[in-house]
Amino acid sequence: MGSSVFVGLLCPITGSYGADGTDLEHGYELAIEDLNNGTGVMSHIPSLRGKKGLLGKSITYKVGDTQTKPDLAVQLATNFITENKPVMITGGVSSAEDIAVEKLSAQQKVLYMIGASGSNDPTGIDCQRYTFRSQLDAYMVAKCMGPYLVKAYGKNRKMAFLTPDYSYGHSLTGSMRAELEPLGWKTAINVVAPFPITDYSSYLTNIANTDADVFINIEFGNDGITSTKQAVQFGILKKMKLVIPNISTYLPDGLGPEIMQGVYGTQDWYYTLADRFPLSKVFLESFKKKFPGIIPRWTAHQAYAQTAMWADAVAHVKTFDNIPVIKYLEKGNKVNLMLGEVWYRGGDHQMVRPCPVLIGKSASMMKNKDDFFNIVALVPGEQVMQPLNETGCKMPPYT
Amino acid sequence: MFLAVSLHLLEAQALNGLALGAILALAALGLTIVFGLLGFVNFAHGSLFMVGAYGGWVVYTKTGNFFLALPTALIVAFIVGVIVERILIRMYYRRPPEDQILVTYGLAIILVEISRAIFSSQTQLVSTPSWASGTIDVAGIYFPQYRVAVMGISAIALIAVYLVMFKTRIGLIVRAGIDDAVIVNILGINVNRTFLLVFALGAAIAGLAGIADAPLIAVNPDMGNDLLVQCFVVVVLGGVGSFFGAVLGGLVAGEIVSLTTAFNPDLSSVMLYVAMAVVLIVRPQGLLGVEGRT
Repeated sequence: MGSSVFVGLLCPITGSYGADGTDLEHGYELAIEDLNNGTGVMSHIPSLRGKKGLLGKSITYKVGDTQTKPDLAVQLATNFITENKPVMITGGVSSAEDIAVEKLSAQQKVLYMIGASGSNDPTGIDCQRYTFRSQLDAYMVAKCMGPYLVKAYGKNRKMAFLTPDYSYGHSLTGSMRAELEPLGWKTAINVVAPFPITDYSSYLTNIANTDADVFINIEFGNDGITSTKQAVQFGILKKMKLVIPNISTYLPDGLGPEIMQGVYGTQDWYYTLADRFPLSKVFLESFKKKFPGIIPRWTAHQAYAQTAMWADAVAHVKTFDNIPVIKYLEKGNKVNLMLGEVWYRGGDHQMVRPCPVLIGKSASMMKNKDDFFNIVALVPGEQVMQPLNETGCKMPPYT
Repeated sequence: MFLAVSLHLLEAQALNGLALGAILALAALGLTIVFGLLGFVNFAHGSLFMVGAYGGWVVYTKTGNFFLALPTALIVAFIVGVIVERILIRMYYRRPPEDQILVTYGLAIILVEISRAIFSSQTQLVSTPSWASGTIDVAGIYFPQYRVAVMGISAIALIAVYLVMFKTRIGLIVRAGIDDAVIVNILGINVNRTFLLVFALGAAIAGLAGIADAPLIAVNPDMGNDLLVQCFVVVVLGGVGSFFGAVLGGLVAGEIVSLTTAFNPDLSSVMLYVAMAVVLIVRPQGLLGVEGRT
């Protein structure tokens, strides 16, 4: 091994989740720069403090544009593995991409830190020894926001779901139903739409013609924007309250505060958390310095957090070898990051971390163009984790 | 499952199909004009759709007036059409289709990446114009006013293009120039300019479709990619180069997608290609195409 090590980044710069992927890429670039220079949040992690690079080596990387397509993600990851000998692969925004790369990484015995994924499956039925995930899974999202929905809208509500037809969609709709139905809400209709599409009229017609009073839109990325815009045109939001459990990074920008005000949802991280967590403030400031005029969104946070967790583990076990790093992460060693102390659960490799419940602000309440949300609650991760025996994860052996 | 589909729902889906078809017809018209009249395969058509949407969006954001955004989109796409025709496209009229596909595919990537460099990958906010943000009641079905407006915009644009192409002297020259460029040249008419006009007109219509579609979809640099494929399906369904073919093809495609969705959403996009395959087998020149036209 030379004086540098290679990390492969998978970022959907184009396609349905292109805006999220660009934010993700920014997060990785900042994380790697901070590691190499011993700056930013990395310099606040005890194991990395005062060091440049990782174990004395600088980190090089390449970015592959997955175009939000699982087959392309696998092809790019394969190229990294055969040509660049990566010590770690990370990225992906759709759960479909992530699960595909997860399987490849297990086969090839390469560590894979997931970028964004809101499905339960990557750390549930599709869990892999070589993969870790930091984003809130569907179960956590449902569990943390469910009580706030019931508090806001009362009992005995009828829900209409719009679900994208892949792992993420079914997982999140399933989790929301499992959380809300025992609390007294009923499902009036669950409309499953192919992924991705650009015209939702046929699906929204079905929703508009129900007597539901809450419209829960599971669609994500550009699909989330398109489907919500069209739902407004169909008059759905006049009859129903909009809930977007997993709000994609640039969705509020594409919809505007007029639609977003009063909308409940969650995001992995939101920049006003800088007021509560010192390292969120460090992250926000160093990001703004590297990318002037841009406020980091939650995918950038995720990219940074995943890289930091990995780097901390490598620094502790003093090797880039996979198995010691995995075993270290599985022990649930806590790291103080942008959301306070976070750690991975050994049994399914899901991060235990707080869940921010958000509500959209009206235009007059926004202090700047990125100020879309108030933070309703920050629910501790331990309270919303799915019991390990319910995840469906059967962790494969190390070798 | 099949029995669960009510007449009420079918009626709603038929209406949705009509609105979808109107946009597809407009978007495909530009492609079929360039394809049919110039014999030129334009894979950059989707990116011209995107260029129009961005052009219109800039003006819409600045002024809040959608009626200003519509002509802006048309003009911006027209100008971009003129520029790319002069520096690139005109060298490829006589080249084989595979060369045309390659060069326009490359052009599409360039246009998309220029947009990305200027506006980022982020989806831009294009709200529904306030005068069309409500719903109307069509026999007990909620139907968005804006979709009715889109049908109107599409219909007006289609009629305007028809009049220009078939009822004016310019249209006559265009059609003659394309039928026999040599003779028209001898008559002292600049055929080069005719070709330029046709290409730019195709681009302008794509641009108009872009801004008309903008309040319905996510406006970002990749917005034209899916549309391009659908436009080709419409053109093949209706018949290459046929004006009315584009209109009929668009409406048929819209209805196929919408009505299939009522029964089985998974099949909706597949059915579009099934219909195209059936047309290619039974009537290779398309529903309204003329046999032998290439």
